[in-house]
Amino acid sequence: MRNAIVTQLQELAQIHEDIILVTGDLGFRVLNNFENSFPERFINAGISEQNMTSVAAGMALEGKKVFTYSIANFPTLRCLEQIRNDCAYHNANVKIIAVGAGFAYGALGMSHHATEDLAIMRALPQVVVFSPGDLTEAEEVLKLAYAHPGTCYLRVGKGGEARIHPKGTAISFGKAVKVKNGKNIAIFSTGSILEEAIRAAELLDADHMDAYVFSFPTVKPIDRNLIHEIASEVDLVVTIEEHNILGGFGSAVAEVLTEIGYSNRARLLRIGLSDTYSSEIGSQSYLRDYYGLSAKKIFDRIKQSAI
Amino acid sequence: MHNSRQLSIKLRKQVLEMVYRSKASHIGAAFSIADIIAVLYNDIMQCYPEKPDHADRDRFILSKGHAGVVVYAVLAELGYFDKSLLETYYQNGSNLSGHISHKGVPGVEFSTGSLGHGVCAAAGMAWVAKASRKSHRVFTIMGDGECQEGSVWEMATFAAHYQLSNLTVLVDHNKLQSMDTLEKTMSVSNLRERWSSFGWDTVETDGHDHEMLREVLSRSVSPKPRCVIAHTVKGKGVSFMENKVEWHYRDPQPAEYNLAMEELNRL
Repeated sequence: MRNAIVTQLQELAQIHEDIILVTGDLGFRVLNNFENSFPERFINAGISEQNMTSVAAGMALEGKKVFTYSIANFPTLRCLEQIRNDCAYHNANVKIIAVGAGFAYGALGMSHHATEDLAIMRALPQVVVFSPGDLTEAEEVLKLAYAHPGTCYLRVGKGGEARIHPKGTAISFGKAVKVKNGKNIAIFSTGSILEEAIRAAELLDADHMDAYVFSFPTVKPIDRNLIHEIASEVDLVVTIEEHNILGGFGSAVAEVLTEIGYSNRARLLRIGLSDTYSSEIGSQSYLRDYYGLSAKKIFDRIKQSAI
Repeated sequence: MHNSRQLSIKLRKQVLEMVYRSKASHIGAAFSIADIIAVLYNDIMQCYPEKPDHADRDRFILSKGHAGVVVYAVLAELGYFDKSLLETYYQNGSNLSGHISHKGVPGVEFSTGSLGHGVCAAAGMAWVAKASRKSHRVFTIMGDGECQEGSVWEMATFAAHYQLSNLTVLVDHNKLQSMDTLEKTMSVSNLRERWSSFGWDTVETDGHDHEMLREVLSRSVSPKPRCVIAHTVKGKGVSFMENKVEWHYRDPQPAEYNLAMEELNRL
């Protein structure tokens, strides 16, 4: 997903000369093509995320569309106030790319696990939050971020993600994407955990519990209409995120469901990291399973809840 | 028309009026930089009050946002907006917040308030100006206590690396910070050596001497970014406010207001 998004950025930069890419000294080899193609629009700000983010705001206020690039929590939590005051408050055209959503850097340890970023970035007014579920969504949300006037956050996977939607599938700003039809259960997923969500749905189907699957490449603004529509149709809505259970995608869905009222709506089951730091290390798939986010464990939770 | 000296006196009086009327704080910080602001806006910066977003304007960011009152005062004095707006300073519903804000205030480039932000944004603006081969300059004023923020040194490294010679950082070196002197709180002594060692063309000046300020703020031929360590006195211009930490917070009472205005009238 990392490569898909950088390739897409490079394609956009061919057309739009206002694009600048600033890295916080990460992206070895990944950013080489961009740097070689546009040496005057690529800068390494060094290991200094706070300055990088304020510099990006200053550049954006001079008319540039600035993509900051780093991994895990470095371009978000490390410089949160710079995003809040300098980028978002000024509606600066800064697009923050964080590679390594959830457990993507699993073996590197908890410092490199991005598991609270959705909640925190979602809490900032005037920040759009993208969390693409596959390569196609990643390519499309990059275009959406470029076109959106203001600050955006893009939470992307590191590598090895699937292409689930055909390349070029149109993704609309703020809209969920239907992956498969279902009946009494709907799975709402955000980010590259989508693969597990789809496999869990297949297990449910085999068990005669047909489940919708929707991917939410935009977490903020959330697709309220879709949530309303589906929640009045199914009995159980399940949210899946490779992220803490508090404040993130499941919470965003819960906010909408709560506002619908208690009549005529589905129950909600949120699946995510249960308010803990991921001190366990291992591959992304190992950690997903360890923390209950593998397809089998998602299936088990849903089955238990649906009975 | 006025010269920078006359402008600085006007600004101090306006600041006193605004802070007194609104019972605001930070009058000492505003007086500390009143001369620098007067010289910058009167003699150094290319300003377009009729067209605040003019592409060729020099950019100014107040990184020590708590002294915003004196920037509002100079912008009104230069005609960026009507002086009557200053009467709303610090009041319910006003655009003129205690810490400088750009929203609805023509001439303010950037909102600050949390320290160590404005200087970095200024570096971003300077980078774009240099990359676009534009000739305008970028100025920013920060506090000496602000040098305790780590982001400042991230910026110092960045601006030196990219040789942002169009960027001038003024350090308002009044040797006082929020609770005590810098020396007792968290010494950042040898500011000149610090900035020089980061690769900056660093000069020291009396921050209240307009001639010296004009000299150090004129365009330099150095390829390095410029740092001006301006030795200042917090509360400068009103004897009983000078060098007193408490005037970081206090607003003058009626008798103090009268005394202060008398002193400013004698300048």
